[in-house]
Amino acid sequence: MIELEGVEKSFGRARVLHGVSMSVARGEVVCIIGPSGSGKSTLLRCINGLESCDGGVITFEGRRVDSKSPGIREVRTEVGMVFQRFHLFPHRTALENVMEGPLYVKREPRAEAARSARSLLAQVGLAGKEQAFPRELSGGEQQRVAIARSLAMKPKAMLFDEPTSALDPELVGEVLAVMKDLANGGMTMVVVTHEMGFAKEVADRVLFLDGGAILEEGPARRILEAPGEERTRDFLSRVTHPI
Amino acid sequence: MEAPIASFVSFFADARRFLPLLLQGAEITILLTAGSLVLSTVLGLFWALARVSQVPGLTQASKAVVNVLRGIPILVQLFYIYFVLPDLGLRLSAFHAGLIGLGIAYSAYQAENFRAGIEAVDPGQIEAAQSLGMTRGLILRRVVLPQAFRIALPPYGNTMIMLLKDSSQASVITVAELTQQGRLIASSTFENTSVFTLVALLYLTMSLPLILLTGRLERRFGRK
Repeated sequence: MIELEGVEKSFGRARVLHGVSMSVARGEVVCIIGPSGSGKSTLLRCINGLESCDGGVITFEGRRVDSKSPGIREVRTEVGMVFQRFHLFPHRTALENVMEGPLYVKREPRAEAARSARSLLAQVGLAGKEQAFPRELSGGEQQRVAIARSLAMKPKAMLFDEPTSALDPELVGEVLAVMKDLANGGMTMVVVTHEMGFAKEVADRVLFLDGGAILEEGPARRILEAPGEERTRDFLSRVTHPI
Repeated sequence: MEAPIASFVSFFADARRFLPLLLQGAEITILLTAGSLVLSTVLGLFWALARVSQVPGLTQASKAVVNVLRGIPILVQLFYIYFVLPDLGLRLSAFHAGLIGLGIAYSAYQAENFRAGIEAVDPGQIEAAQSLGMTRGLILRRVVLPQAFRIALPPYGNTMIMLLKDSSQASVITVAELTQQGRLIASSTFENTSVFTLVALLYLTMSLPLILLTGRLERRFGRK
């Protein structure tokens, strides 16, 4: 479904990605782990064209992802994205945030958009918060609204960019639970995360990114419990035992 | 030197005599301010959008225009429109020249104010909107501008007050607005104290509603 072939990306003189190739099948959940600065977020942002890659090819269902082509909008309507810092529209209520895409991008009738937005908010455990503004919600609630906002576009795949990294620890679980539900529902997901427990339990496959290249990849349990590479072992031990 | 009571009484006599003419001037001042406010808002918004458009050439052009306008005194711009344009074949009435001159001069300040509002919108929200498949126009209309206006509103109120007062500069190109009327009456009656006190009070009367409005806007939309 998502194919990356030799993707290269530099910011000025810093080479962030060199030659990343990967593929994600329909219904698969792939977690990308790795040290900070390894290019995880950049890789994810290339998949829906928020960053343009300097070399290589990215395709989504056979269509070329190119941030400069007009076709990028169609890809973006089919690939949802959830950000570390939520990025809700602060001047709109939770319900309006979720309705925004269907109403203005897909031009659905208002009543229909409102109905499905309400059911999505209920699905992420936020029934009753429809009229709340983002500033009135906790971080975990805001992130769940952001997930609902992406789901409202009925995407074929979802990208998550460290969705729990900006949350207080006690709020992480509620967001991961929503993501786990999604995964169980068969959603194709690419998740950049430091939540190894989530990766182990939910991911089909884990990619370890280091220095802008995939150092190691494989079934989640094997990578997380018995990594083949020294760098991966080192990283995992520092994440699980910070002190 | 008259006794204070006597001068007080004579002030009211002068006021009755001069107010009708001064109020005519005040009416022109209000029309001039309102007209140039609309023009400066529309032009300023255009400059600001051009500035953030990321269209090569347009950004630089808008920046240059704003800097030129900010760098030339309003008086000189008014002289230019009223005295130089006729030489180029464009003859405007004093009122229209004043309205257009003030509108253009103020568009630079409006542009900077709007640009500050636009640039204060978190870029992450723009990415979120992009990732929903929104077009640039839609992002501008639904995400950026509604927030930019809230941020730009309190300084906008301030600009209105400044524009009201700066409309007095149109007197130098013979627009019969409040300051000009006052000057004409004063020079023919020599009642300088009465006339300019009345002029000052009339400006204050017109500013006060704007000052109150600005205060309300700041409380409503100011940073929380």
